[in-house]
Amino acid sequence: MSAEPQVRIAMSEPEPMLECEAVWKLFGDGAGRFLDRRSATVSLEELHAAGLIPAVRDATLWVREGEIFVIMGLSGSGKSTLVRCMSRLIEPTAGQILFNGEDLLAMPEKKLIELRRHKMGMVFQHFALLPHLNVLGNVAFPLEVQGMARAERERRALEVIELVGLGGRERYYPRELSGGQQQRVGIARSLAVEPWIWFLDEPFSALDPLIRREMQDEFMRLQSMLRKTIVFITHDFDEAIRLADRIAIMKDGAIIQIGTPEDLVTRPANGYVADFTREIPRAKVLSVRAVMSAPAESTAGEVRADARVQEVAIAVTAEDTPFAVLDEHGAVVGSLGREDVLPVLVGLEKPPSDSARHVSMSPGPR
Amino acid sequence: MTIAAVPRGGWLARIPARRHAVAWLVLLAAATGAHLGREALPGVAVYPESWIVPLRFWISDLMKWLVNDFDLGLFTFQEMTRSIAWLLEWPLRAAQSLFAEGFSRGIGRDAVEVVPRVPWIALIVLCALMGLSARGFGLAALVAGALLYLAVFGQWDSAMVTLASIVIAVPLGAGAGLLLGIAGFRSARVERLLAPVLDLMQTVPIFAYLVPVLFLFGFGPVAALIATVIYATPPMVRVTMLALHQVPAEIVEFGRMAGCSRRQLLWKVLVPSARPSLMVGINQVIMLSLNMVIIASMIGAGGLGYDVLTSLKRLRIGDGVEAGLAITLLAIALDRLSQAFADRPPPAHGAAAAPFFRRHPFLIAAVAVLAGGWLVGFVAPGVQDYPESLEVSTAHLWSDLIKWINVNFYDHLEAIKTWLLFNLLIPVKRFLTTVPWPAVIAAVAIAGHRLGGWRLAMLTGTLALFMAVTGNWEKSMITVYLCGVSVLIASCIGIPVGIWTAGNDRVHRVVQVVIDTLQTLPSFVYLIPVVMLFRVGDFSALIAVVAYAVAPAVRYTAHGLRQVPAQLIEAATAAGCTRRQTLWKVRLPIALPEIMLGINQTIMLALSMLVITALVGTRDLGQEVYIALTKADTGRGIVAGLCVAFIAIIADRLIRAWVQRRKREMGLD
Repeated sequence: MSAEPQVRIAMSEPEPMLECEAVWKLFGDGAGRFLDRRSATVSLEELHAAGLIPAVRDATLWVREGEIFVIMGLSGSGKSTLVRCMSRLIEPTAGQILFNGEDLLAMPEKKLIELRRHKMGMVFQHFALLPHLNVLGNVAFPLEVQGMARAERERRALEVIELVGLGGRERYYPRELSGGQQQRVGIARSLAVEPWIWFLDEPFSALDPLIRREMQDEFMRLQSMLRKTIVFITHDFDEAIRLADRIAIMKDGAIIQIGTPEDLVTRPANGYVADFTREIPRAKVLSVRAVMSAPAESTAGEVRADARVQEVAIAVTAEDTPFAVLDEHGAVVGSLGREDVLPVLVGLEKPPSDSARHVSMSPGPR
Repeated sequence: MTIAAVPRGGWLARIPARRHAVAWLVLLAAATGAHLGREALPGVAVYPESWIVPLRFWISDLMKWLVNDFDLGLFTFQEMTRSIAWLLEWPLRAAQSLFAEGFSRGIGRDAVEVVPRVPWIALIVLCALMGLSARGFGLAALVAGALLYLAVFGQWDSAMVTLASIVIAVPLGAGAGLLLGIAGFRSARVERLLAPVLDLMQTVPIFAYLVPVLFLFGFGPVAALIATVIYATPPMVRVTMLALHQVPAEIVEFGRMAGCSRRQLLWKVLVPSARPSLMVGINQVIMLSLNMVIIASMIGAGGLGYDVLTSLKRLRIGDGVEAGLAITLLAIALDRLSQAFADRPPPAHGAAAAPFFRRHPFLIAAVAVLAGGWLVGFVAPGVQDYPESLEVSTAHLWSDLIKWINVNFYDHLEAIKTWLLFNLLIPVKRFLTTVPWPAVIAAVAIAGHRLGGWRLAMLTGTLALFMAVTGNWEKSMITVYLCGVSVLIASCIGIPVGIWTAGNDRVHRVVQVVIDTLQTLPSFVYLIPVVMLFRVGDFSALIAVVAYAVAPAVRYTAHGLRQVPAQLIEAATAAGCTRRQTLWKVRLPIALPEIMLGINQTIMLALSMLVITALVGTRDLGQEVYIALTKADTGRGIVAGLCVAFIAIIADRLIRAWVQRRKREMGLD
């Protein structure tokens, strides 16, 4: 388990929005007593022997303000349970969850309801739209529950409907909309209360691949405007890579690794993570900083150290001389040449040997 | 030697697996022995009088104590029942006035009609409009036609009395069912508490409800209304619990995440999402209310049921058929109308943006028709009440038809009746009434053990023992015999028809309509033609029961066969099966659990009908309940009713246990 980098990052960033500390969720009779007895590490076998079904085991993570935190895992890995623990839709068996510094698990029902009404939004895999309400009614529903007056909540709902690109459809009923449109309603509805934290539980998994892609773009567009703190659940590693600032990978209820997409690709914690990352095009994930060489004498231009290799690859490979790599302060930290970029583009795991480099470079079309 | 030793060893080794076979053999031997030695062991052949627990007297005493002496502190029990009756009387009276009698001031001869009842034309147009808005022109025509029949054939007044009871009973039953269902949904403990009560209430025969209600609330429309509501509520409770449980988990989670309070979650999220299923429940409440309102004519409900009852008693064939047809048409109209409302798709976009009168054209039209009808009714009496001079009576026609059948086919009908009596009914009856009672109880318990283990064995054995202990053994066995034979015949008809409909879409559609209609009809209606043709007795009862109970056998068989995966049939065809082989070797075995569930339903319906056939002179538990009803003997009625319920529960649990095991074995769970 590599909670180590996590701690460091959390220290350097002062304000985590949501903190989970050693969260457990076990299903079965006497789960709480079982955990009390053996607070130390418990193996899967012990749990099974006790007749308990582990959904989340000892999950520790921080979600920082304004970041997209993706929880990735295959079905049955406990990711959906974990996100439900974060909003107390499911009561964790043990552990601590702090929301904006407040102890979520100790919160009385009334306060929790207030919190959900005003500070949390959630999008569901199968949209979970109310069939008897039209788009306007659905989007305005969380506001209605708050007790907002009709005119006010409908005005607000119309704004959000416009925001997600469903303007003009506010009188449609869910069954009259396509899957993608329905999920836009789900997104609009969860944003209507202007939540502090936004949970998305596999929001695009039930959609066709093409629509999924479109919705991911739409999601990124919204996020660039709204800058929400997001917990995003997915079983699709491509999606995780595409959207995430950081990813937590779960297996059998436990978090295997937390890191940026680049961390996971360059430093997978174990074979399980490596299996996921193997098929991922390196150029999309790796930053210039990760593949650059030492600063060079003459340069053809400048690239940013935090740019993805993919973004600069065409420019760099077109030149014989390398580019200077600049960090966020504009200082030169290295150089990036064709020989740094090409191995990444062809998907080689390690720095190429001389012969490989020779082969890959020889027939360059001019 | 070794060759001979192997099978012997094998047989010995298999003994544990055959324990049940051994148990059955021992039981058979014991039963035969007891049967042969019945002279020596009288207590085995017939349950001894002196062992009977006088449960029925205890219950009767309890009821008397409740009514006479029980004091709840602030008020007595009797005051409570009286105030309930008083509370219910007002809405019922209002509905009766609205539909049947008109509102009047003053009493008796001095009464002056202030506002007349709903004009017949207005009501017909109103119902047609409802049909039009719910489904379309076809339904409107059906509903209007049915109501027109009531007017033309002089059934209007009685039908309106019946309708008034239903109009009051349905909201009460549906509302009570909804609230109880919600309580059960919210609390697992309440659900556990409700489950056996619901089981019992749905298996206790209709008449048995009437006895305590009659005792507590007296004879009259209010008592009938109470019995109706009690009878119609349990299915709504069940449907509500099921419908709420079926709301997708994500929708509930959304409601919680939106910050709904418990009340908001229930009324703004759960109930609206479950609306389509809840509407199915309301349809059931309507149909059960109608069924009960007809039967409750025995304790003073009046209306169409009363007409049928009197004509049955006086053997006025034509009148009975006419009233029966009126009930049938009313039932079909109510069923189709409420089903159409249940199936109605939710509104589409655009509708909400239109102005009010555009959105609700039917509502506006209905109000206009009602108001207009009333106004015109003051001037033109023909609009207010259907003119008597235009009434047509078919009573003579029906009388003559029955007479003609009886004159021309008497010998044929009699021959069928006699043949069945001597070759099937009497032997089975004799067998069941002479088998020693301990043997039957043991058989039921062993079957329970074999199918569902010790708990089921305890349950079935105890329930069977109850019948002996309360002194109802012989009547219970006659009930079992009548029910068994009816179910056998119903299966022999229903399963082949089900097989036929499963393979042919056109037949399927036709048969579907027929059995839908059969299931819609109040059970009372079945008695009319049967009594006309076969007079009273076991055989008449049998025919009525078979007709009433055949529908599920057809429906489940067809459904089960249609559910067989197409792949399996393709595999069978590819393996070279003929159609017959496919049916017998693939489709029927796979559909068998489903078919058995259909038989189970058939048994339940048969039992509920059987009790009503006491009216045509059977000597089973139904007669016991019926006698209790005429004497207002609560203990006797409840105990006999419980016996019927227990027969139903034993059959139901055994069949379900078998089906579950079979499905598990086939991996269909």
